[in-house]
Amino acid sequence: MSILIQKPGILTTIQDLGRYKYRRFGINPGGAMDHAAVRLINILLGNQENEAVIEMHFPAPQILFYADTAAAIGGGDFDTRLDDKSVENWRSFRVKKGSILKFDKKSSGNRSYLAVRGGFETDRWLDSSSTNLAAKMGGFNGRKLEDGDRIDLRQFPQHYTQPASAKIAPSIIPQYAAFPTVRIIRGAEYCLLSEHGRDLLCNQNFLISKYSDRMGFRLTGKPVMTSKKCELISSAVSFGTIQALPDGQLTVLMADHQTAGGYPRIGHIISRDLPLIAQLGTNDKVAFHMVNHEEAENLALEFERELNILKASVSLNIVVSQKNSP
Amino acid sequence: MMSESKTRIFSLGDSALTVEFGSSISTGLNKRAIALSDFFRQNPFPGFVESVPAYASTTIFFDIWTVRKSFPEFSSAFDAVKHLADQAIDSKSRPKAESNPSIEIPFHFDAKSALDLDFVAKHAGISTRDVIEIFTNVTYRVFMLGFLPGFSYMGEVDERIATPRKDSPRLCVPKGSIAIAGKQAGIYSLESPGGWQILGRTDVEMFKPDQASPSLLKPGDKIRFVTKLSD
Repeated sequence: MSILIQKPGILTTIQDLGRYKYRRFGINPGGAMDHAAVRLINILLGNQENEAVIEMHFPAPQILFYADTAAAIGGGDFDTRLDDKSVENWRSFRVKKGSILKFDKKSSGNRSYLAVRGGFETDRWLDSSSTNLAAKMGGFNGRKLEDGDRIDLRQFPQHYTQPASAKIAPSIIPQYAAFPTVRIIRGAEYCLLSEHGRDLLCNQNFLISKYSDRMGFRLTGKPVMTSKKCELISSAVSFGTIQALPDGQLTVLMADHQTAGGYPRIGHIISRDLPLIAQLGTNDKVAFHMVNHEEAENLALEFERELNILKASVSLNIVVSQKNSP
Repeated sequence: MMSESKTRIFSLGDSALTVEFGSSISTGLNKRAIALSDFFRQNPFPGFVESVPAYASTTIFFDIWTVRKSFPEFSSAFDAVKHLADQAIDSKSRPKAESNPSIEIPFHFDAKSALDLDFVAKHAGISTRDVIEIFTNVTYRVFMLGFLPGFSYMGEVDERIATPRKDSPRLCVPKGSIAIAGKQAGIYSLESPGGWQILGRTDVEMFKPDQASPSLLKPGDKIRFVTKLSD
């Protein structure tokens, strides 16, 4: 019961929803960039939503399955092919032993996720399977996947026959776009922005520069802050924090962000919209739209309610299939 | 009596809030930040994820869904957690007397380890011996950890040897490097890029990934640097 990485892809790592309770030691949560995608495909397969998945960038890996299993792909769409059949995102599919999974081209998004029923056998570190490349811990030997790596699959605890292909309703899938408008709330130093700066924050298109990675996205646009130097004493920052650098340009902190920072916190991307920015890559664009705190919370709750409905329908499905199986 | 500075509570995104006791580096403010963080770790509320102390603030991360379900009397998760934080600040999280004994960190300052010792000496206009003498004559406080797993921000470095960061950071600072930036001192727990001025290197493992407490140092610890006899 395992898979073999035949081609590694450019940055392929094992991730879950992150490593918590250790930020006070300088250890960041890390984890998948797009939590919504990970949760959705895990739930679809009947896994725990925090089950480890493979996060892929493009060029993506080529993977040989040494076992019969079920799998699902979500997030970015890299034109998946299983042997010669094309595979849709957000739909569970059966995999026969000996099958090869390939990703032909980047159709949309920049991070695609592969989950298998039961999950992967991973190196756990501090209660998480996420790969921390700086600490060289967690995931698969604390590193990105390479040619010839063999990852064991875990036995799925329940034996049941799920319909060959269950699908996630489009209404619950994040509204990904190469040029999304992402909702933000004010940060502690928003008050330092001039009227003009506030206007620039929410009324221009920012370009995702090439200096963007899992730690953070550097944005290029008209500077929202003038040269006034403002360095604060370091305090905690978070996934989605928008900082203004001394040159007035913005950085959005992403999954592998450092735990603390000292640049002005202009705003924060709301939890609901983090997946939208997480799918962007170099030369994509983003615009910001300010909402209030209550709206941010309500949007997060709305997604949780939709996930709960999905979970209930998947477990119902499992019960029904169990009853129907011989 | 030290005067109480103004405490500010603000959101750090929709799933966290920061209690900021002040905006300067001081032992008093840092003690309050650590005490509040410890209080929530010892008395977690439903939906509490973690608390992270910094120089003069503590950030509390929470799960919106669980907080809203557990505190329906509040109109938002932020309001509920803010209320809990206000209560904790008022009464329950007064800093206790810290009785941590100081931890000794032995280090080398040979030319291969102390990459910027000459520069710091020149900047201070004193001999390299004097730099080390002044540097080791202080008990440092660990204010916070950050930047890297197990990287400690310590203070405070004697004014006479305080040196600003390098203009352009080194691409690769060796693991164990002991460095200063202005009046801050720090230990590079892992190999990493970095712009601090390097005064020496320790063989002590600062980052211990296999242990439940993965960092040798924690906020509030006291540190003495001691030179290795071999130097």
